Amino acid sequence: MSARGASLEGAGRGGNAPPESSDVRLHVEQASYAYAVTDRGAPKFALGPVSFKASRHEIISILGPNASGKSTLLKLLAGVFKPISGFVRVDSFDASELEPKARAQKVALVQQDRKLLFPLRVWEFVLQGRYPYGRRLRFESEEDCLMAGNALAQVGATDLRDRWMEQLSGGEKQRVILARALAQQPALLLLDEPTQHLDIGGKLELLRRLRRLADENRYTVVVVTHELNLAAEFSDRILLLHRGKALACGPPAEVYQREILEPVFDAPLDVEIAPSGRPRVMLREVNEGPWGPRQ
Amino acid sequence: MQPLTPRRILGICALLGVVLFVAVVISLRLGAYPMSFRAILTSLYESVMGRGDQIPTDYQMVIFGLRLPRIAFGIIVGGALAVSGAGFQALLRNPLADPYVLGVSSGAALGAIVSLIFAPHVPLAMQGAAFAGAGITILAVYFLGRRGGQIDSSTLLLAGIISASFLSAIIMFLMTTLSGRDLRGMAFWLMGDLQTPPQLPLGFLFFVSLAAIGAIYTTASDLNLILTGEQEARHLGVNVARVKLVVYLSASLLTGLAVSVSGAIGYVGLLVPHVMRMLFGSDYRILIPASALGGAIAIVAADTLARTVASPTELPVGAMTAIVGAPVFIYLLRRRVG
Repeated sequence: MSARGASLEGAGRGGNAPPESSDVRLHVEQASYAYAVTDRGAPKFALGPVSFKASRHEIISILGPNASGKSTLLKLLAGVFKPISGFVRVDSFDASELEPKARAQKVALVQQDRKLLFPLRVWEFVLQGRYPYGRRLRFESEEDCLMAGNALAQVGATDLRDRWMEQLSGGEKQRVILARALAQQPALLLLDEPTQHLDIGGKLELLRRLRRLADENRYTVVVVTHELNLAAEFSDRILLLHRGKALACGPPAEVYQREILEPVFDAPLDVEIAPSGRPRVMLREVNEGPWGPRQ
Repeated sequence: MQPLTPRRILGICALLGVVLFVAVVISLRLGAYPMSFRAILTSLYESVMGRGDQIPTDYQMVIFGLRLPRIAFGIIVGGALAVSGAGFQALLRNPLADPYVLGVSSGAALGAIVSLIFAPHVPLAMQGAAFAGAGITILAVYFLGRRGGQIDSSTLLLAGIISASFLSAIIMFLMTTLSGRDLRGMAFWLMGDLQTPPQLPLGFLFFVSLAAIGAIYTTASDLNLILTGEQEARHLGVNVARVKLVVYLSASLLTGLAVSVSGAIGYVGLLVPHVMRMLFGSDYRILIPASALGGAIAIVAADTLARTVASPTELPVGAMTAIVGAPVFIYLLRRRVG
């Protein structure tokens, strides 16, 4: 704990041992999923059996090319889908069996922002995260306001409180969306490509924030992302998916191997280890070799 | 950060209630038979105090026999239409949704006319048929408005407008087969009209509308989340399917009731919720009651104008709402596109 808390970006924390069971927040065991059978015949597996565990303070990044099953896995973790084999347990409860509001108190999912139909203030938006704690037709209690305020403070957006959602910049909006998820007081924070519309500075800021939330506030964070280098820098472990199969799951330095990454992403990649012990991925010359122009 | 409190909602409702009362008194005053405000207020007061016998007979007849019932039906119709509009806007995630624009009113009108032809003397047949017509139409429009499994805003509006014209054609066809009936009355009713009072007790209509509005109101905080994003709402624990069913049934019932009373009055369901959003914010916990009262105010005002603008001739109230509503609809449509 002391070593973890000390390093903000988790640097020098390679080679994680598997978490002890008492600390396990998320336990995925042989979970697989297939979409409904088409009239053409056998069901197409969207995701083969996946197993991993995650404890408090951990950030797990799910990487993989498009259509590799990342979103399906995230939906399994969020309890939207029920695995056809194995299980997904959050705090030892089956995610898909939980009553929706109880689930929302344990798992928060941050999705890409969409356009709002009607104008909404930032604080109204963040207060929506308190919905799972209220009854029908509820009016927000003082505690709800306190929690929403805390959530905004955690993402450094207290000063945005009275702004309109559609006046925010991409980075500000992403922070507010994250604040709504934090207002749910979840144990498990799931993020679906949270950095997609941000510039490089914004991406770095967001991941730093997630690292801090995991280290200091004991969240378990699972991020689906395309950012290989940022994921390597900030994650404790990487889960690499390819065509619905979990190819590798482990610390970044273990997963980031040229012979693993190149075929998965179908691109010429070089991997080097930075002084911090974190791997970096670079694009090699693209106009030569097997990845050269194809006729 | 000022979260919505029951106190604020009551305050806004009280304010709108006062505006409604003023509109009602002005509407009572205007008409062929002259009366002073003082006389109207005194009569109302005497009646409320249970001393109806002290009111002069001619006032008695003009106020309580003629003008007030019409105003009361107008209040119910306006509230029902505005709330069903706000409901459809949330249900379809389309700010331009309105029972008239979506063809739901035409569906209800067709149902009402079919029941007039085939079961003219069955009690509540007209209301039931109008409800069924509204429900079937919104389902059809919903499925026609989908593209690749997703609701497409423009396709939905087009589907509604085309359904409306298709249903109107059927209504016209049925009307030509109705011989010996008052065609002008029918034409007026189709435009939306409060001249012919329905054969239903006012209290019954009032309580059914109130129940349907109340049913939608129980989903208000769920609707807030659904409007922000349906998937997100689901993740926050909203039972989206149940909410949609409640709103779908209640909004169809409200449209059916309103149309069975007054025909297809357009744009109230679009205009009133928009104005209320501008005034009091988009939170459905305030929007539903504010729209109910605002719709009542709008119809009372529009009907008063319809009675007096071209006096002694009366215009259908639907013509008044369309004259104001259609340009606003175009404005909102342009603003969204641009």
